[in-house]
Amino acid sequence: MLFYIREIMQILIIILQIAVLLGVVLLHVAYVTYFERKIIGHMQVRMGPMIVGWHGLLQPIADGIKSFFKEDVVPEQADKPLFLAAPVICLVAMLAALAVLPFAEGWVLADINIGLLFIFAMSSLASYGIILAGWASNSKYTFLGGLRSMAQVISYEIPMGLSLVGVMMLSGSLNLTEIVTAQENSILSIYLFPQAIGFFVFFIAMLAETNRVPFDLPEAETELVSGYITEYSGMRYAMFFMAEYIGMMVMASIGTVCFLGGWNGPFAIPFFPPFWFILKVYGFLFLFIWIRATLPRYRYDQLMALGWKLLIPLALLNIFLTGLFKILVP
Amino acid sequence: MNETATLDIPVSQGDEDRYRLKLGPQHPATHGVLRVDLELDGETILDCDPQVGYLHRGFEKLAEHRTYAQNLVLTDRLDYIAAMANNVGYCEAVEKLLAIEVPERAKFLRVMVCEMSRLTGHLLWLATHALDIGAMTVFLYCFREREVLLELFAELCGARLTTTYTRLGGVRQDVTHEIMMKLDTFVDDFPACIEEYETLIDTNRIWLKRTIGVGQISGEKAVDLCLTGASLRGSGVDYDIRKHMPYAAYDQMDFEIPLGETGDTYARYRCRMEEMRQSNYILRQCIEKMPPGPIVCDDAPDLVMPVKPGRKVEVDTSARNGLIKLIEDRDVYMEGDIYVATEVPKGELGFYFISDGMGRPYRMHIRSPSFIHIGALATMGKGVMVADLIAIIGTLDVVLGECDR
Repeated sequence: MLFYIREIMQILIIILQIAVLLGVVLLHVAYVTYFERKIIGHMQVRMGPMIVGWHGLLQPIADGIKSFFKEDVVPEQADKPLFLAAPVICLVAMLAALAVLPFAEGWVLADINIGLLFIFAMSSLASYGIILAGWASNSKYTFLGGLRSMAQVISYEIPMGLSLVGVMMLSGSLNLTEIVTAQENSILSIYLFPQAIGFFVFFIAMLAETNRVPFDLPEAETELVSGYITEYSGMRYAMFFMAEYIGMMVMASIGTVCFLGGWNGPFAIPFFPPFWFILKVYGFLFLFIWIRATLPRYRYDQLMALGWKLLIPLALLNIFLTGLFKILVP
Repeated sequence: MNETATLDIPVSQGDEDRYRLKLGPQHPATHGVLRVDLELDGETILDCDPQVGYLHRGFEKLAEHRTYAQNLVLTDRLDYIAAMANNVGYCEAVEKLLAIEVPERAKFLRVMVCEMSRLTGHLLWLATHALDIGAMTVFLYCFREREVLLELFAELCGARLTTTYTRLGGVRQDVTHEIMMKLDTFVDDFPACIEEYETLIDTNRIWLKRTIGVGQISGEKAVDLCLTGASLRGSGVDYDIRKHMPYAAYDQMDFEIPLGETGDTYARYRCRMEEMRQSNYILRQCIEKMPPGPIVCDDAPDLVMPVKPGRKVEVDTSARNGLIKLIEDRDVYMEGDIYVATEVPKGELGFYFISDGMGRPYRMHIRSPSFIHIGALATMGKGVMVADLIAIIGTLDVVLGECDR
């Protein structure tokens, strides 16, 4: 009997942990949109949200309430089950990827040995949501958006995976916690310098993977209206939106864990070990936003050419150099 | 005609890879209400057929029932981005028809507002063109400067967009000292602003990739398609009415016509950027050379309706400094036809009048650059990708208000 109680308690604790993580992450997602709007606003000589709350601080909450109460329109011609399922697939896959992220030493829900692969699997799964959304809406713009997204994810998953092979070779592990601990022996206890080429490839592939400028072709508003989310409204639209921002945060977290030494910083912060981790993630997010405010958009064929002709060869070169380094410097 | 017909019949059996897409009229990148019927294979455009008429207001027919002075307000609504230039174009045409000589100061004021509206037009073009290609920030930077100009318009004539500033025989209001001071500050600051836009996109690799070689058109072909304005000059054809058939005070201005070489989207972009610099230079000269004197000529036609024979109309002549005269007083409404073209930001805006001496046009035809540029879209849009088509629509610089009239 006692045995069961302990099991049940453990499950309850995990559920509690998941709930806390979800709550914290979703709150962050809400405020990343605020962060983005404010930063882009100031970069574009305007103020960003100012009305709801002091300097628009309650804007994300107002947006959340608004999208929650909006009508959920399903087009008559749409493939209904798939249309309804697509945003859920997208969001769930992205949320699942959060499980393996180590926010600090021991602050991880599932410390599994294939953490990196798991995240790749989940982010690829999320693109199913996009493709299905594009297909099921039964509209030509969403269809084109879905096609673009499919091609883009396939092309950029490869350089992204290859760019991280160097990190795996150096650390000898796929477990994210171990990757962070392995970096402590490196220069400044980060892999950024030995893996500079890898980081370059990873960073570009990361932008493409999250459909951000300059690779936001699946939702290029001036070409495809809104791409795959054209037909969505209300909460389902918000789900895609949240999935995109969680995707950004997950990718930024991988970048932090694999190249910037995870939670390690120049000095330890008492009582709040994930401080450096969060700071680095927000640094990445700032870069995302900065790029969005600066760069135009690639064309579809140029995007493909960049992925296959530049990034994949570079990533392979990086693997080769890392291997050489491993052999020569034991 | 055959091409139009092919887009009406469904795709043949066994050729289902091709599909049809009606881009617009409520599409975010079609600059108003342009609709382009496309036949696509993947993302490549096989057939492209622009459809216009969603903003048709029947100006040409409307003009036949209004006097020359009344028709002026219609021209505001052509290219509503640069209404001043349309006003000037219309007045230049009517004045030539009625043989009215404009005072020197009015000529300079016309050049000034023309160049200001060229700047607003080009700024809006740059803003939307950059936004179409994905560079969002340029959009807002351009609007910042455009706002200054629009405020000046409002100060000058009371309206930001639909200005109706010129009058037959001159202009409506004189500039105040404050306006000139503000314009002077703007002219001083503006070159730095152009440089600011250029730092964002001019040498940006993605911008270059998206514009070089896109929508390329040779000088000969551009002439065949009747392109005018920067769309023609980007292909290296030296044709600018301001220089070659000067109107208003352009013959007293010192400026250059920037020419492109390659005839692609990037060349046209460079052309327009240089034109902005030249416009700024012309504005500087306007401020310095502005002559004193009257702004309306003494025998300018009035604003009243033509009087029916046998009816006498009392007009308070003090209301407009004694400028109001009755239509019947004038016997200068000639018979015949005339075509006068001016250079508006988009290209050559021509007015063609057939006059039967009644005080209103028997027929008014507007040769609008946007309409002709949209015609060129069918040729330029074939074989490119959807994203390029958007760039080409942007680079041709069309406004549907002017196209549909």
